[in-house]
Amino acid sequence: MGIPAYWRTRAQRYALVGEVCHKCGAKIFPPRDVCPECSRPASDPFTFSGRGEVYSFSTIYQPPEGFEEFVPYTVAIVKLEEGPLVTAQLTDVDPAEVHIGMPVEMVTRKLREEGEEGQIIYGYKFRPLLRNTLTPRPSGQAA
Amino acid sequence: MRDVSIIGFGQTPVGEHWELSLRHLAAQAVLAAMQDAGIERADALYVGNMLSSETSGQHHLGALVADFVGLRGIEAFRVEAACASGAAALRAGYLAVASDAADLVIVAGVEKMTDSIGNSITTALAEAADADYETPHGLSFVSINALLMRRYMYEFGVRHEDFAGFAITAHQNAVNNPYAMFRRPITKEEFVQARMIADPINLLDSSPVADGAAAVVLCPTEQARSFTDHPVRIRACEVGTDSLALHDRRDPLFLEAGYISVQKAYARAGVTPADIDLFELHDAFTIMAALSLEAAGFARRGEGVRLAMDGSIARNGRIPISTMGGLKGRGHPVGATGIYQVIEVAQQVTGRAGANQVPNARLGMAQNIGGSGATIITTILEA
Repeated sequence: MGIPAYWRTRAQRYALVGEVCHKCGAKIFPPRDVCPECSRPASDPFTFSGRGEVYSFSTIYQPPEGFEEFVPYTVAIVKLEEGPLVTAQLTDVDPAEVHIGMPVEMVTRKLREEGEEGQIIYGYKFRPLLRNTLTPRPSGQAA
Repeated sequence: MRDVSIIGFGQTPVGEHWELSLRHLAAQAVLAAMQDAGIERADALYVGNMLSSETSGQHHLGALVADFVGLRGIEAFRVEAACASGAAALRAGYLAVASDAADLVIVAGVEKMTDSIGNSITTALAEAADADYETPHGLSFVSINALLMRRYMYEFGVRHEDFAGFAITAHQNAVNNPYAMFRRPITKEEFVQARMIADPINLLDSSPVADGAAAVVLCPTEQARSFTDHPVRIRACEVGTDSLALHDRRDPLFLEAGYISVQKAYARAGVTPADIDLFELHDAFTIMAALSLEAAGFARRGEGVRLAMDGSIARNGRIPISTMGGLKGRGHPVGATGIYQVIEVAQQVTGRAGANQVPNARLGMAQNIGGSGATIITTILEA
């Protein structure tokens, strides 16, 4: 994936911006401008909460190029609380503790360093849901 | 539409062909198929291939292969549908003959994988997946299948070792196939203890990276007997599609594209699963074999793996699979695999499968899967 492609998907990678279909109400991620449920145009932005649970996961021992430094790392399909599935790495977790149904939340992390040009690519990963994010912080308190 | 038959085939052994380039692999298979059919010319050549750009720095395979088999000038082009490229090329050839656009068509599949070293072949294979939303997160193609397998084990309460029968059967059947890569049996103990690739998929769940080429010759059925005593009718060759990314599927554990292509194929051939004598399915990973059996109607959802546990997939079982080794034992030169499968079914239904002959096989089915199930092509053949 080249730099322009990363640029085009920045809203998705940094903020999980997808779409909502105003015809059938489907929440869509990644965005595709045509509703996969009713095949009608759907391009209204919808920002997902970033919370969900692990639908499936795998720990990779033989990586594609560019991911050697992370081995072994755990990838997952996460079921977002709004419905869609999303593919991402898990982070801040012992692979042995990962299980299907584990509550997770999106965080921004380094995905890789891109080839000879050396750009550092950031994007979403998911970590175990922190307990204190379940309740809103008191107003005025630093995040 | 005209009825179409296969009148000849040729294949190279699947393996590591250090002495053969992409073009020479393809040429060997095409020339062998032309000799088998007894032809010296053809109207068109379609070449199934997935990775030639990544592995050999070469596109434009139609003209290249046509030139190197002495057919310079004829219609020729490459067909790509990831690991289903071979069957997609067959579909193109089938349509050309069925539509009366051509009388004599050669369909080849070729893949040259072993020139690529290190993790580059892992990267290339992952191009079958979604390049914007799967592979940038470090997913390998194996890990995408691993996500399926993990969820399958969870939803249906099965263990990893329950899949052993798929790999054991494939290796056992490969022993007698002179074109197979792994001509030795494996044990359940070896399966359980094999090196992990992407948890829970280990080395013996996985088909191997390999070089290979295979080709068939097609003509209208009404002319087939003038070329060969062993024509094989293509009763159906049908395509279904689904989303590239697993996360975009309505139900990742059901091969919707497989179901679509199989239903279209059964309808065109006028048959049901009970009529199928053998099924060369796409066992790139053991989980894919289970899902294919379910989508094709040989098992209910979550029960495909049981056919590997109770002997149903053996050569004398209810629905024999991987009868010449499958992707696991014969090897999986990706763009060529769909043609190898069709040749193996042709061998079976004409009673020419040697020691691996399925008794009284008349109607056989092959299924070629692209990616994790985004393109699935089902072919039904009859002697």
